[in-house]
Amino acid sequence: MMKEMVIDKKDIAGLLTELTGEMTVIAPVRKGDNLLFGPVSDGSEAALDSVNTRLAPKDALFPQCEKMMTFTTDRQAEDAHTMQDVSEPDKQVIFGVRPCDAAGFLILDKVFNQGGAEYEDTYYLRRREKTTVVGLGCNKPLSTCFCASFGGSPFGTDGLDILLTDVGDKYVVTVLTDKGEARLKGKSGPSEADPTSIEKAGQIKESAVKSVKAGIATDKIKGKATMELFDDPCWDTLYETCMNCGVCTYSCPTCHCFDIQDEAIDTEGVRMRNWDSCMFSLFTRHGSGHNPRPTKKDRFRQRFLHKFKYFQDNFDTVACVGCGRCIRLCPVNIDVRQVVEEMNR
Amino acid sequence: MNHRDTENTEKIKKIAGRLLAEKRVDAVIGFRPGTVSLISAPTVARTEEEAAGLHWDRFCGVNLANYLPKREDKIAIVAKGCDSRSIVGLVAENQIKRENLYIIGIPCTGMIDRAKVISLAESPEVELTENGEEVTIKADGKQSTVALSDILQDNCQGCLHRNPAVFDELVGKKVEEAGGSDINAAVAKVEAMSQDERWNHFDQMFSTCIRCYACRNACPLCYCEQCFADDSQPQWCGKSTNPVDVKIFHIFRAYHCAGRCTDCGACVRACPVGINVRELTGKLEKEVRELFGCEAGMSLEAIPPLGVYLEKDPQEFIK
Repeated sequence: MMKEMVIDKKDIAGLLTELTGEMTVIAPVRKGDNLLFGPVSDGSEAALDSVNTRLAPKDALFPQCEKMMTFTTDRQAEDAHTMQDVSEPDKQVIFGVRPCDAAGFLILDKVFNQGGAEYEDTYYLRRREKTTVVGLGCNKPLSTCFCASFGGSPFGTDGLDILLTDVGDKYVVTVLTDKGEARLKGKSGPSEADPTSIEKAGQIKESAVKSVKAGIATDKIKGKATMELFDDPCWDTLYETCMNCGVCTYSCPTCHCFDIQDEAIDTEGVRMRNWDSCMFSLFTRHGSGHNPRPTKKDRFRQRFLHKFKYFQDNFDTVACVGCGRCIRLCPVNIDVRQVVEEMNR
Repeated sequence: MNHRDTENTEKIKKIAGRLLAEKRVDAVIGFRPGTVSLISAPTVARTEEEAAGLHWDRFCGVNLANYLPKREDKIAIVAKGCDSRSIVGLVAENQIKRENLYIIGIPCTGMIDRAKVISLAESPEVELTENGEEVTIKADGKQSTVALSDILQDNCQGCLHRNPAVFDELVGKKVEEAGGSDINAAVAKVEAMSQDERWNHFDQMFSTCIRCYACRNACPLCYCEQCFADDSQPQWCGKSTNPVDVKIFHIFRAYHCAGRCTDCGACVRACPVGINVRELTGKLEKEVRELFGCEAGMSLEAIPPLGVYLEKDPQEFIK
């Protein structure tokens, strides 16, 4: 399905507030100097007139820290030593998601929803099912945007239920799925699209698409033998200035590694799943103390081989959507585009 | 793109090229131009050709001393005032041998804070032009002029030692030693708060922390083979973004830097969510400076303040 409507910008806050009565609303909000995705209690808190958020909206589907189960070791308790499920997540709408980040959700889907015979992640899936994704096209992509290299576009609709296009004082609302339609049903604000707005949206889209530089090629990586890439001398210098912090992995819309920890106070405990990062020295350290990736170089290489080689071999797509966050945020200016260029030689 | 300091860039290239040609060193750690505006990238040059790609401007904020611990090769390193003091600390703590180092000292008049510029320009795509004490910022078709001093990193504004404390060769001439602003400004704001206000302030300040450890990993002092935050037996602090665990991590880490921190600002610069970690480390730097009359890394001969007991050490804080 596809249906086009328009909504005045001044009516967006009201629409979001109305939605908060039905479900959790997550949108870009200002926290100090940061623009981050977070829950809003009033639609006016949402900040849509800005460049993309500092961190990806990944946390809304795959929280950085998530309770999986609770337990008690109190022998007097009836459920002693039995894991208890945590409450179901609420229905939610993630509002103002850029097309690259929505494409990132599809990458997460590939990992967490591989079908019953392979792997289905209960925690992710039940949240995913209850989520509606409302996108916001990018009128002015940045020089670090390279979504077009991986089949994306500043107005791409993959992974979205609704796409908004900023045409000045209003948004053109493209309803893409039944879920999207259901969110708008009976809401005040959206009205029939006028031809002028539709035409303007078309022009904006065309100019934005032209401004995104493509050209980050990954085609040769797939054909290379894993060990050839693994042993490539390029890693000896590429990794050198990396500090092995988690900025790139934690700001990334597609990185999805996690660790599981039990946390307990006295007899009451909770099993947590927390994001992990291949940059960290603990990442693959075994219980024995042995670590198959003991050096900075090993860990740096892992990040890029996973994203551009292993993931491509396993899922026929790279685990990068070209959002450019890691380029902007890396404290030492390690640029994924340069690393991929070396890998694809 | 970034406004290059042509004069110093050429001097650094020349020195680095010479050191490599003469085989005085195996590599030169310096900067190359960044791939985006507002940051220059650390790099390791091993050939004369690579040395010709070195660069200097107001975005060379990264403290290169961070790349030194445990190195065995002969290294030349480009060092600002703060970097040179971190190097002294690393030598004192046996993390690197002085004889393996050739310090290319560069007097520094401050590094531009990319977060401040992005916030002013409301865009990360910025073109800066420096004219004396003023900087013109061009972004998104708009242009504005600001005082250079207003967009320097906080720690550069209040810097007390802009000239390298130790060096083998100096790039250019020494500059006025102090940055001119009050080094204690960030701390004074926190000190003025009541205990409750301060706790609430820290709650707010650390609420956006994502535990990426960029502050720790950018810090030249944080070279521990295993950080306490990574210990599992015992586990000193939890791994989640639970507010208590986050604060424990930051406060413990700050204490580990007491008497060692040179206020280089690496932690603040690296943070992806703009946490002013300096409000913690700055307090410790101030206490050590005022109580023990000591500034970390000023001399290779000085014994670190926490490594020595003197009868005249102040004791008023022992209650």
